[in-house]
Amino acid sequence: MQRFSAFSIIRRGLTGNESWRPQWRRASPKASYDAIIVGGGGHGLGAAYYLAKEHGLTNIAVIEKGWIGGGNTGRNTTIIRSNYLFDESAALYDHSVKLWEDLSQVLNYNVMFSPRGVMMLAHNVHDIQVLKRHVHANRCNGVDNEWLSAEQAKEFCPPLNISPDIRYPVLGAALQRRGGTARHDAVAWGYARAADALGVDIIENCEVTGFQKDAHGAIEAVQTTRGLIRTKKVGVSAAGNTSVVLGLAGVSLPLESFPLQALVSEPIKPAFPCVVMSNTIHAYISQSDKGELVIGAGTDAYTSYTQRGGLHINTHTLDAICELFPMFRRMQMLRNWGGIVDVTPDRSPIIAKTPVPGLYVNCGWGTGGFKATPGSANVFAWTIARDEPHPINAPFTIERFRDGFLIDEAAAAAVAH
Amino acid sequence: MLLIQCPYCGPRPELEFAYGGQAHIARPLKPADLNDDEWAAFLYMRVNTKGVHAERWRHARGCNRFFNALRDTTTDHFLAVYKTGEARPALNTAGGHS
Repeated sequence: MQRFSAFSIIRRGLTGNESWRPQWRRASPKASYDAIIVGGGGHGLGAAYYLAKEHGLTNIAVIEKGWIGGGNTGRNTTIIRSNYLFDESAALYDHSVKLWEDLSQVLNYNVMFSPRGVMMLAHNVHDIQVLKRHVHANRCNGVDNEWLSAEQAKEFCPPLNISPDIRYPVLGAALQRRGGTARHDAVAWGYARAADALGVDIIENCEVTGFQKDAHGAIEAVQTTRGLIRTKKVGVSAAGNTSVVLGLAGVSLPLESFPLQALVSEPIKPAFPCVVMSNTIHAYISQSDKGELVIGAGTDAYTSYTQRGGLHINTHTLDAICELFPMFRRMQMLRNWGGIVDVTPDRSPIIAKTPVPGLYVNCGWGTGGFKATPGSANVFAWTIARDEPHPINAPFTIERFRDGFLIDEAAAAAVAH
Repeated sequence: MLLIQCPYCGPRPELEFAYGGQAHIARPLKPADLNDDEWAAFLYMRVNTKGVHAERWRHARGCNRFFNALRDTTTDHFLAVYKTGEARPALNTAGGHS
């Protein structure tokens, strides 16, 4: 691997930048691997990296039906936070935030993690009660979160309109200062490059078409559009397509796939210092380093695999953005797009073994999987390598829906998130 | 925005409708007789079809009635609508979006 540093940039720059090599190999499938990850997004590439790095499994491959980072990893609004209500969630998401903090150094790849603060707005008495409850629960779990008055919120984010006469006035906010954003493409590329350097094969344009099981029902091979690949362990990280992939192995899941849309504005000079979220009026906004306002909406109402949704969803979000930040009213939006998110009934993920021996699944991240990329990949790798969950992901099973141990962040936040 | 054919009112914009999820999930007649797996399947497991999906819609801002629809989730085209209680219609396999 060619390490990146200021010195290497200057040295190669002075010699015409002709000595750079591709950051990872264009691998073709071998006949067999010790483990295969299905899905080349951040979660899957990260799992491959941690399998090689922390568990010594280097004869492994990531297979991706399209190109790496082309699904939800490249389609999200890059918000990172860990201010979830329940103990299980706080442990999982904060594990991830801690890994984000030095991820650029660990991967030798600038993922542009920017802990600029995530502020969640309260617009009514219920919001205040819910967010204050989150603040207290988070602090009990060692997760930073603090309550701000409307005036303090405006001080932290000057564009915010705290006028009392708007339809949903800002009554206060919860602020997680360790939260922020990162560059989503760089996360996929950084993990891919680091995994490749450890010997992991990254195989694009390779779609799973079936699973082959042995006499005991355990996985023994994966059928793909690029041939049969033998392996005893398969980890599926396929986001919105998880139901389809696991359906090929006869496993049903409590998932529904919805379109989730986002949009960006024309680029402007730095004007917006943090991330602001409003669950109540469905608006999520930050400014990228390129200058675009990055805006996230809620999901469309119906299940779909189309990677697009209705324009009225975006319009609704922009109504909210314009009321909260009047200075953006005359800005033009450049692009909008959709991704397909797999949502569980309790809005918490599943990172677990499946009823099929050798088949593992990391799914159900719904509308908020990007923030969890390093933590989820890390504990998923553990689960695959040791055939048992890490203590952090032990509660996130499929069986919790049968046994009644929901991790009900849906009820805690009253919205998908 | 989808244009949805209410079987009672005709074509109306999606904003008038509420989505009701997977169709033909009948509430068990004797819930107490179900074991935990069966109860979880009823409550939580969904087909999440990539392709033709039978689903419920309610014309919430119109006649307020539930009905069922077949929609291709890879294109969002509606292939058929039918009233609650009717059997899922067979589709003409030659295709064609109505």
